[in-house]
Amino acid sequence: MQIYLPIAEVSVNAFLLLGLGGLVGVLSGMFGVGGGFLITPLLFLVGIPPPVAVATSANQIVASSFSALLSHLRRKTVDIPMGVVLLAGGLVGSWLGVFVFNLLKSQGQVDLLVRLCYVFFLGTIGGLMLIESLRALWQVRKTGKSAPRTKHNWVHNLPFKMKFRVSGLYISVIPPVLVGLLVGILAAIMGVGGGFIMVPAMIYLLGMPTKVVIGTSLFQIIFVSGFTTLLHALTNNTVDIVLAVLLILGGVIGAQIGARLGARMKAEQLRTFLALLVLAVCAQLALDLLLRPTELYSIDATGAAA
Amino acid sequence: MKRLLALSMALAFAAAGLARAEEIVLGLSHDEVAITATFTGSDILIFGAVKRDAPIPSGSSLDVVITVSGPLTPVTVRHKEWRYGIWLNTEAVMVDAAPSFYAVATTGPLREVLSETEDLRNSISIPRAIRSVGASVGNSADYTEALIRIRAGEELYQVLEGAVDLEQQTLFRTQVALPANLIEGPYATRIFLTRDGQVIDSYETVIAVQKVGLERWLFNLSKDLPLAYGLLSLSIAIVAGWAASAAFQGMRR
Repeated sequence: MQIYLPIAEVSVNAFLLLGLGGLVGVLSGMFGVGGGFLITPLLFLVGIPPPVAVATSANQIVASSFSALLSHLRRKTVDIPMGVVLLAGGLVGSWLGVFVFNLLKSQGQVDLLVRLCYVFFLGTIGGLMLIESLRALWQVRKTGKSAPRTKHNWVHNLPFKMKFRVSGLYISVIPPVLVGLLVGILAAIMGVGGGFIMVPAMIYLLGMPTKVVIGTSLFQIIFVSGFTTLLHALTNNTVDIVLAVLLILGGVIGAQIGARLGARMKAEQLRTFLALLVLAVCAQLALDLLLRPTELYSIDATGAAA
Repeated sequence: MKRLLALSMALAFAAAGLARAEEIVLGLSHDEVAITATFTGSDILIFGAVKRDAPIPSGSSLDVVITVSGPLTPVTVRHKEWRYGIWLNTEAVMVDAAPSFYAVATTGPLREVLSETEDLRNSISIPRAIRSVGASVGNSADYTEALIRIRAGEELYQVLEGAVDLEQQTLFRTQVALPANLIEGPYATRIFLTRDGQVIDSYETVIAVQKVGLERWLFNLSKDLPLAYGLLSLSIAIVAGWAASAAFQGMRR
């Protein structure tokens, strides 16, 4: 069934959009990533203009993250104080990020920078996570139980300590604020919620338990992408509500399924899958840069020559 | 007296005939296209007749050229090149005004029914319909070609040679398929009558393409009340998220 999208001004198959939303929803519920790094390129492929795709996927992320968050809240795997601390850093970070973004835009080639950013961060994070989680999986197979990850590093010797009960941590607030700040900057530049950077950062830098990380990341993502949606609606009028509703319908159902799947899996397996997913997206983007495109020209109807 | 009147009338007709020996009378299957939520494109039938006050001139054949053009918008065409081991956009050409949709239908091969000068004068063929001034890149023709190639691939630019039926040099009809990904606005429709490649009459009308109903309402809301629109989008997201969670919770019990 074809449906005409009023803001995107294209006609797209409704079931395809439901499916896309569902797929990303499953990932969102399972891994606590918003899925922006996945849905946005997929929407480009379907033929949605990039500005509409970016703005509308932010809206969809709010829905699937909220749906998944409710499940996590019920299972008490959300560290709200930690989420608030990360969010505080994140909001300052995204404000800084928008500033950096505009600076780069005036220099040109911002599009390329975003792509390189993606390839670099996705590749690094995915690679490191894959190595770590495979090692952990191997350990489980050898010893029969999960080995505790190294709990003590420099992170634990800083001032302003705070108790994060759900995470079972007593650490300084400086690292979470810095993580939030960094992710905020990157998120604003790359146009994503930042879950795929936030999740590994919380696991490896802050030493939070994997299951709590997902719920907490979702908590933070809702606010960041909600803020992004509003900003896009106000400044560019690029949120397509019809597109959003279709993606959301698929997304919220997918998120519920994902959250249940995630609860059944071992933490090491979860991390391995996320690592593979991140690497797959990275490979796709890298190939785009490396392979000769079939069409060397591209058209941009907005008309602004960068 | 009677003969004088007849003579003067004949002269008047002849005078009119010098300017326009053959004139277009036009009909459209519909002059409005409504874009609804389930819009999948629309076929428009353009038909008409040639009105004459004199017998059909012999010696040359009459041809009809019909163009339908969507709103003109600026477009940036970028070119990728292999630099530093990766493919990146290097140069861009700004096309000042390119139709978002363009179809040209004719009774025969375009070059035969229309001379180069007439094409230039009336901007009829696709390359002529795209206006590009002050292009700074040397080979800007490549960029225009690329634009036409990409849009033709999306059925936004159509060359329909021989698609106009002309019966007894008087009645003509053609059908233009508007694709689903239309931009709203006035679609200028022009009809040219040609003989020996020269335009002898032309006629212009407009097909209004507009969003209607919910599509119209949402589009206006996003422009007029962006804050309300943004909050509406967010509330839908939150409510849907909550509903799915509650529904699945209910299913488990």
